[in-house]
Amino acid sequence: MRSGSSEFLLDCDPGATPDVASAVSNGSGCTFSLSGDATVRRVRRTWLDTFDWRLYRAGLALEQVTASGRTELVLTGRDGERLAVAQAGSANGSGQQARWPALLGILPPGPLRELLEPVVGVRALAPVAKATSQVRQQRVLNPDAKTVAWLAIDQMSVSYPARAHAAPRLAVSAVRGYQAQAGRLGSVLATMPGVRLAAGIALDAALAAAGTEPAPRTGDIQLTAGMPSAAAMAVILTALLDAIEANVHGTVRDIDTEFLHDLRVAVRRTRSALKLAGGALPGDLAARYRPEFKWLGDLTTPTRDLDVYLLGFDQMTSGLVAATGQDLTPFRQYLERTRTTAHRELARGLRSARFARLTSQWRAELASVRASGKRLAVAKFAAERIAVAQGHALRAGRRITAASPPSDLHDLRKRCKELRYLLEMFGSLYDAGQRWQAVRELKALQDCLGAFQDAEVQRSEIHAFADRMLAERSAPAATLLAMGEIAADLARRQRQARIEVDGRFAAFAGQAGQSRLTALTEAGP
Amino acid sequence: MKILATYNIKGGVGKTATAVNLGFLAARDGYRVLLWDLDPQGAASFLFRIKPRVKGGGQALIHGKRPVDVAIKGTDFENLDLLPADFTYRNLDLMLDEAKRPDRRLASLLAPLKRDYDLVILDCPPSISLLSESVLHAADLLLVPLIPTTLSVRTLDQLTEFVAGFNGHRPKVLAFFSMIDRRKRLHTQIAQDLPAQRPDFATAAIPALSVIEQMSVHRAPVTVFSPRSLASKQYASLWQEARERLKLPQPS
Repeated sequence: MRSGSSEFLLDCDPGATPDVASAVSNGSGCTFSLSGDATVRRVRRTWLDTFDWRLYRAGLALEQVTASGRTELVLTGRDGERLAVAQAGSANGSGQQARWPALLGILPPGPLRELLEPVVGVRALAPVAKATSQVRQQRVLNPDAKTVAWLAIDQMSVSYPARAHAAPRLAVSAVRGYQAQAGRLGSVLATMPGVRLAAGIALDAALAAAGTEPAPRTGDIQLTAGMPSAAAMAVILTALLDAIEANVHGTVRDIDTEFLHDLRVAVRRTRSALKLAGGALPGDLAARYRPEFKWLGDLTTPTRDLDVYLLGFDQMTSGLVAATGQDLTPFRQYLERTRTTAHRELARGLRSARFARLTSQWRAELASVRASGKRLAVAKFAAERIAVAQGHALRAGRRITAASPPSDLHDLRKRCKELRYLLEMFGSLYDAGQRWQAVRELKALQDCLGAFQDAEVQRSEIHAFADRMLAERSAPAATLLAMGEIAADLARRQRQARIEVDGRFAAFAGQAGQSRLTALTEAGP
Repeated sequence: MKILATYNIKGGVGKTATAVNLGFLAARDGYRVLLWDLDPQGAASFLFRIKPRVKGGGQALIHGKRPVDVAIKGTDFENLDLLPADFTYRNLDLMLDEAKRPDRRLASLLAPLKRDYDLVILDCPPSISLLSESVLHAADLLLVPLIPTTLSVRTLDQLTEFVAGFNGHRPKVLAFFSMIDRRKRLHTQIAQDLPAQRPDFATAAIPALSVIEQMSVHRAPVTVFSPRSLASKQYASLWQEARERLKLPQPS
C-alpha cells in the first residue's frame, strides 16, 4: 500500500527530459535501482471547484480522475495528502457519471460529501481545469529488490482553461514503512539539473501552463485619498459592473443560487452608489442610469425571493409542531414551479438587448469618466457622504416608537444599508481594523432589522401563496394548515426581532459607536 | 474488519504459504489486507522481501509502547501490507503472560486498525501456547492446513473441541488438506472422503507441488509468479471458501 502522505513532488524545467535512472542509481549514498517493468497510463483529470474557489481557498483540491475505464473523485490537501475518495457516480445510484457543473447532492453520501459540504455549501462544483496526463511509473527497488517507492513522471497536456503543455513533474510515492528511503531518493532527484521541489499541486501546474492563476482576487478596490471623486466612483462602479457580468452566465444557466445572489448584491450596490454618491459623476449620468439599474434589480427580485424560501425550507419545516414536513410537499412543489417560471423570465431579461445595451454603454461611460478626472478629492467626498448617511440613519431610528408600523423599521433598515454600502465602497481609504470596530454596532442592528423584515415579507408572502394555491386548487387542507403554522412561527420570530431592535439601535446611536464612526472618516485619509 | 488465522500445532504443513497466497488473492480482489507474520522464523516476511524486524521488538508491540500501525510495511502489491516478524517473537508467550488479559491481547492490539483494513491474516507459529490462545480468541476464522493422515484429523478434533469451550466469541474452523502426496494412497483416500463427510472441511485442497516450494526462490506468492498453476487454482478456491465463511462484504 502506498503512503499518500509521503509524496515528494518535483517540478522540471519546461521541455526537460531528466535522466532519472542514472540519478537513482548514481545518487549520493543511494543503493536504489529502478525496476525494468515501467507502465505508462493515460489519465484524464478534471479539477473541480466552486465559482469563487472555495475549495482552493480552504487548502483543498478535488480532482476527477479517469484511468483504465474507472473514474474516481479524489479530495486532497495542499500537501497532496488524500483525504477522501469516492466513485464518481451520481447519488441516485444509476451508475451514471456526474455531469458538471452540479450541486453536491449529486454525490453519493459518504466521507467525501461530508468533508465537502461545510466548505462548498450551496455552491455548485464546476471544472476549473482539465488535462490529460501520460504517467510513466516505475518501482524503486532496494538491494533486496523490494519496492520501497514508486517513481512517476507526469507529462500533462492541459485542455482547459487553455491548451498548453505543462512542464514534466516527478512524484516519488513512498511505500508504507519506507518513507525515509523515499525521502532520500526525493532529495537526490531534487539535485538533478533543471529539477526542483514542486511549488504547488498539479492543479497549480495546469493553471500556470494555461497562463492563469487559481482563485484570482476580484472586486478589490484600492482608492487613494487624493484621487478625484469622479474617477474614484468610476473605479468603484466598474468593479461592480465586473461583478454583475461575471455572474450573468451562472445565473442564466442556473448553476447555483449564489450567482444570482452575487449579481443582485452588485446591482444593489450600484444603485446605492448612484443614489448616494452619484453627484460625483459628471452631468446627469447617475440620473440617466438609475432607472435602468432599478429595472435590473426588479428583474432579479422574484427569483431571489423564491430562492430564499426554498433554501430555508428545511429549516422552516423543522420547527413544525402540529403539522409534518410531508404536509408541505405541495407548497414546496408550488414554490419550485413558480421559481422555474420566474427564472425563465429573469434569464430572458439577462439575454435581452436592453441588458446588453445597459452593460456595454455603462462601461463606456465609466471609462470616459475615469479619463476626465473631475477635481474633488475622494476622501473629502466620502467623509461628507458618510456623514449625511449617518445622519439619515440616526433620524430614521429616532422616529421609531412602540407604535411604529413595520414600514418605519424597513425605512431604518434601508438607511443603515446605505451607510454600510458607503463604508464598504470607500473602505480602502480607511484602516481595516478601525473600520471593523466602527461598523460593529451597525452590523448588529442590520442583522436584527433584517430578521424583522424577512419575517414580515415571508409572512405576507405565505398568505399570498396560499391564496394563489387555493385559486389553482393545488393546496390540500393539511398543506394550508401547515403553512398557517409556519406563518405563526414567522410572526413569533418577527416579534422577537422587534424586541431586540431598540437595544441594538441604542448601541448604534450611542456616543461610543457614533464617535468611532466619525473618527474613522476624520482619521482615515 | 475480519480476522483470519492460519493455524496448526505442527510446523511445515503450509500455514505460511496459505497466509501469503490468500493475502495476495484477497488484496487482488480489492480488500485492504494486513498480514501479521507472528512466526519468529519470519518466512512470510522473507517471501515479501521485508526485513523481519520490528523497532522495539515484540515487547514494544505487546505492551503498547509502539502502536502497531507504525511497524506496518507495504508489500509490493496494492492493498497488501505486512506486519513483519521479529526474532523476539520467540518470547511472545512470556510477553503476553505479563500483559493484562493475555488471551484477548492480540484482538485489542488489532482493534485500532479496523478502519484501515478489511481483513487481517495472522500467520501463526507452530505451537500450542498463550500466543495460540490469543490468536484463537482474536480470529473470526481459523484456517487449519492438515496433512491427510488419521492423526492430523484427530488433532483437528481436539482443536475444535477446545474452541467450542470458549465463552463469548468463538472462531469458525475451516480445515483443508495441504501437501497432498498423490503417490500415497492414504493421502488421496482421506483427502477425497473427509471433505464430503464433514462441513468443517474445505473442498479445496493443496497438493504437494514443487511450484509452491519455488516461492522461496521467487520471493513471491505462487499466485503471482505462476497464476495458472494447479496450486494457484486451489489457493483461489480456498480463498473463495474462506471469504464465504467470513461473510466478507464486497470490497468498497
